[in-house]
Amino acid sequence: MIYLDHNASTPVRPEVRDAIASCLGDLHANPSSLHREGQRARAALERARDQVAALVAARSDEVVFVSGGTEGDHQALIGAAWALEARGRRVAISRLEHHAVHGAAEVLERGGFAISHLAATHEGFVDPAEVDSLPEDTTVISLMLANNETGVIQPVAGVAERAARRGIRVHTDAVQAAGKIPIDLEALGADYTVISAHKLGGPKGVGALIVRGGAPLESLLRGSGHERGRRGGTENLPGIVGFGVAAELAARDLMAEGTRLLALRERLEAGLTAAASDVVIHGTRAPRLPNTVNASFPGARADHLLMALDARGVAVSAGAACASGAVEPSPVLTAMGIACDLAICALRFSLGHTTTVDEIDLVIPRIADAVRVARSAAGARA
Amino acid sequence: MSRLLAAMSGGVDSGVAAALMAEAGHDVTGVTLKLWCYGKSPQSPRACCTLDAIDDARSVARRMGFPHYVVEAEEVFRARVLLPFLDDYAAGRTPYPCALCNQHLKFGDLISRLALTGADALVTGHYARIERRADSTHALLRAVDGAKDQSYALALIPYDTLSRVRFPLGALRKDEVREHGRRLSLSLWDKPESMDLCFVPDGDYAGFITKSLGETRGSEPGAIEDAEGRRLGTHRGILHYTVGQRRGLGVTAGEPLYVLAINAPRNTVTVGPKAALDAPGLVTGPANWLMPAPPAPGARAQVKVRYQHAPAAARLYPSEDGTVEVRFDSPQPAITPGQLCVMYDGERVLGGATIGSALGDERDAVARAVADSARA
Repeated sequence: MIYLDHNASTPVRPEVRDAIASCLGDLHANPSSLHREGQRARAALERARDQVAALVAARSDEVVFVSGGTEGDHQALIGAAWALEARGRRVAISRLEHHAVHGAAEVLERGGFAISHLAATHEGFVDPAEVDSLPEDTTVISLMLANNETGVIQPVAGVAERAARRGIRVHTDAVQAAGKIPIDLEALGADYTVISAHKLGGPKGVGALIVRGGAPLESLLRGSGHERGRRGGTENLPGIVGFGVAAELAARDLMAEGTRLLALRERLEAGLTAAASDVVIHGTRAPRLPNTVNASFPGARADHLLMALDARGVAVSAGAACASGAVEPSPVLTAMGIACDLAICALRFSLGHTTTVDEIDLVIPRIADAVRVARSAAGARA
Repeated sequence: MSRLLAAMSGGVDSGVAAALMAEAGHDVTGVTLKLWCYGKSPQSPRACCTLDAIDDARSVARRMGFPHYVVEAEEVFRARVLLPFLDDYAAGRTPYPCALCNQHLKFGDLISRLALTGADALVTGHYARIERRADSTHALLRAVDGAKDQSYALALIPYDTLSRVRFPLGALRKDEVREHGRRLSLSLWDKPESMDLCFVPDGDYAGFITKSLGETRGSEPGAIEDAEGRRLGTHRGILHYTVGQRRGLGVTAGEPLYVLAINAPRNTVTVGPKAALDAPGLVTGPANWLMPAPPAPGARAQVKVRYQHAPAAARLYPSEDGTVEVRFDSPQPAITPGQLCVMYDGERVLGGATIGSALGDERDAVARAVADSARA
């Protein structure tokens, strides 16, 4: 199986697996316990915190471990909106956000907050000037750092600069960006940044919210003082230790891996264009992650393509799935103004640390074949 | 070993059918067609095609270790099944959408997707059999279990699909199918049977058509008349009535009255005595033949005019235009336009077609029956 779905989850690195196994075998104490065994566990926890902080150029005490991207986004957006409630009861999110951010906004809406939306351009990013027209009572803006479907990198620094002028805080979901492009939170200017371990070679079920410079935040999970009172609950130590190792490896390999993946991405895109001359690759005129290609094959439905590729040993992802698991036009492509009949034909190819040149060369004829059968399936139905 | 695509509704039958093929060593891929936008409302446990049903199909695939996908078929379902269903009710007919769903979704849309996975054949949980004959032609046969036989609902599937379809349950009884489900530890083995249309789980068609679909046609009250056109009462809208119906007419007479006919342009429902329901034959719409060529005029057949109808002996007279005139050996009651007429030769399904009308001048037949009952 050729796995081109690294944006969904990427294989755990062997070093991470070893670190988790040794943590499970050796560090059984509660990191909050006061005895020496507890202190050993706490040391492992704090070492992981340093490793994660280093990946995004943050201070260790700014890192709050959470259960993953969804919790991080909820904690950031809701926690900030609550903390800033005296100034206004409105948050703004971009139309490109992950479901997790839309979900957090829904929770706020349930509590009487107003939600504004930042529109996207046809090229798949938000124009920072959108910030200037937000209503007065806006307290937090949420804009992801890189889009999970198209890979388009968002102008978070530009948005943060305009937001700062108006005293608005900025949350960025950096789940897809972390480990793929350099992140310097000082330069970026985001107040709340969320990353997730399993997108960068760590295990599932652990992530981090980085709260920069003491930005205001109310805790959602309370009752105990873990994570400096910002997230109650005994820490997922094996997961966090694995996250730390994965973050360190990602930081070490970032430049070399970025260059390697970019060459593979360009090889894949050239191959797709050769295989299907009418292919439409989305977001090509914007800066993108080096590993992500989102392409529509007109006349070939994504659900057909996904099945056909799976049967031919290629794992990819289609834009969006509804509650039933059926493929639907992606809201991200729709927000970019991509027509429905093109959006329903979009596949996401996402490369990662296990992807090789040989795999890319093998995958091209299989895609060409899948497009051919998917088009004939659609034709038979007409 | 074959590569197979298994249509899985989430019910026991299609789940066991797919599981049996996987157990036999075939390379199975499961597919559930998404026919409907489910929203978030809880559904009746009887209904198939719900989110829970999709989970049930998935759990069979997990249990047996084969892949499963949900594929979007809403557009085809709407255009080929749902809209004709509404048009039929609005025109005073009583449709049989399961036949259209089989024709256009499972044996149309899904068959066209075989190439996606490189599959040779489609597997479904229908109770029917396919026989490959010595001359390489194929025949659709009734199921061994007569009580479960679903050949009636399959009569509109294209003949050329028979060579690419497998019915693993055709030789099994329902209790054997459940036993296989239990033996294979499929969680759905004891699920209740679905009795109604999958998209109208509570059986309230009229309510579904008007409330859920917002249909306005067929809801206008009008006259209930006798065969001579005398007004006997008021109906609630023609979509509430079907030929042969006795209950809920709200009209009293010396003898029980039945719906004889529904006239949509005049918005009337004609009622009369039971004897007036009998017709000597019927004329169909264009027929689908499950054989290489239509039968010769005058061919003997046994004909079913609704799902629960004991087949009646008849002769078939196919026309150039594709329709068939069916003449029964003895008159049959309640020939219902919109229902399916399925023609058998013993075990074999010869073909099927939608019923257009009862044979003969309807008013003559009614008048004759009225005269008969007056004499009696």
